[in-house]
Amino acid sequence: MIEKDVVIVGAGPAGLAAGIEASKAGANVLIIDLNIKPGGQLFKQIHKFFGSSAHRSGTRGMDIGMLLLREAEENGVEIWLKSTVIGLFPGNKVAVEKGLENEAKEVVTILAKKIIVATGASENVVRFKGWTKPGVMGAGAAQTMINVNHVKPGEKVVMLGSGNVGLIVSYQLMQAGCDVVALVEAAPKIGGYAVHAAKIRRAGVPIYMKHTIIEAIGDETDCVKEVVIAEVDDKFQPISGTEKVIEADCVAIAAGLKPTVELTRLLNCEFTFNGVFGGFIPLHNKNMETSVEGVYVAGDATGVEEANTALEEGRIAGIAAAQSLSLIADKEAEEKKDAIWKRLEMLRLGPFGERRLSAKEVVLAEYLNKVGMPQAEIKLKG
Amino acid sequence: MALENTGYLEYEELVQIQTIPDEERFKKGAVAVIECVQQIPCNPCEAACSRKAIIIGNPITNLPIVNGDECTGCGICVSKCPGMAIFIVNKVHSETKATVAFPYEYFPIPTEGEEVKAVNRKGEVVCDGKVIKVMNPKAFDHTPVITIEIPKEYVDQVRSIQRRRAE
Repeated sequence: MIEKDVVIVGAGPAGLAAGIEASKAGANVLIIDLNIKPGGQLFKQIHKFFGSSAHRSGTRGMDIGMLLLREAEENGVEIWLKSTVIGLFPGNKVAVEKGLENEAKEVVTILAKKIIVATGASENVVRFKGWTKPGVMGAGAAQTMINVNHVKPGEKVVMLGSGNVGLIVSYQLMQAGCDVVALVEAAPKIGGYAVHAAKIRRAGVPIYMKHTIIEAIGDETDCVKEVVIAEVDDKFQPISGTEKVIEADCVAIAAGLKPTVELTRLLNCEFTFNGVFGGFIPLHNKNMETSVEGVYVAGDATGVEEANTALEEGRIAGIAAAQSLSLIADKEAEEKKDAIWKRLEMLRLGPFGERRLSAKEVVLAEYLNKVGMPQAEIKLKG
Repeated sequence: MALENTGYLEYEELVQIQTIPDEERFKKGAVAVIECVQQIPCNPCEAACSRKAIIIGNPITNLPIVNGDECTGCGICVSKCPGMAIFIVNKVHSETKATVAFPYEYFPIPTEGEEVKAVNRKGEVVCDGKVIKVMNPKAFDHTPVITIEIPKEYVDQVRSIQRRRAE
């Protein structure tokens, strides 16, 4: 059986940062990712990031991705691509369907001293009549099409949702040459940053607040040709008689994300529900360690936030894993982690960040109450 | 804040939230107008200005303030703002014309001398304009800064140009 000090699931910002830190400390690190390229969602983020100078703010996400990849390479982090972790078993065994050349696959089992789960998040969907028709997709999928594959998902797009994903992807769709013919939001207030809304308004995108999509109508081949929207009441129910028909060949749904938690579920990690973070998440402590000893989490898989927080959490997990392998002196590790927690606090400031700062405190406190110390034995349910 | 319900700011609202250069400063020529109105943890504009004319300080969520005495209206901060919320306004460009500079990341990039449709914060065309300057050096990292000349009376409204389509 292959043996590794640290196995990381997911090569996005959290996983790469964790790998870099653990490797710097001298750990033998393997990152596993099912995609054909590493970087997670970073290479889709063609816009300049907010943040402090300490977080390379003003740099485009894709360029931050390049810097991370280079750093991972320089530090000898091994990355398996086109490889899927299909199971985590007691005793820190990681089952991987490893991608080989010629699209072949091979199942291998790895014995990992420490596991870091950085699996990210997946998009929520909104169901309406016609939501399965060709042309209806997640905003993240539309973003992958334009920014990674350079294919327009349609000519005229209706965006559902005014969070930062909805606003930013609308902007990028126009950069790719599409028209965003409507941005539809059920809530009375814009969810994302006002400056992102302002730049798509300047570009002429009509924003329909307190509206939702009722139906996507297909053409003779069933592909979307029209989208019916309507105003909603205070209980988000469509108001009859307010319907409008908009000509469009694509609907992009930006209705939030939820953490990808299947692997931590498999290990019976203690979970909690947290609305701010997008749903059920594994409880973790300030080392990013779950209730199961030696299993760490980082990034959106611990609660949906953004790339910079994912990066910083990944660093903490990488340092903590190396520390528990006695690869870093406790004092040095504690100082490093403290500095990162302070930077994370900076990232969770302001009216948008405060909710996440206090939600994180709730998660950490719940861990202390429910778990206390990570458990070596895995409790089997039932 | 109406902005949260509509996605755009009325000028009256902007001046209540942000510190805009006063009319005395506008009389002296080009100056940065920052339309950043929410407490986002973000400060690249502060680092962008070599004259330290933009101040955020601590905490990082403070709204940026422009020191009109130091700002020369060079436009570097315009390209650095991830929120694309900084504009350079010159109200005394000529007897009848003012200029507005803004970030513009769409193809085709306008060229100097080109006639364009100037739009307000809602994307409505308010007047004709003419591109007088296109700055797109490597340091701007693919965020060209376009300066257009418009009739003076529209200077507080105009913030971009109508998006054109690639051929």
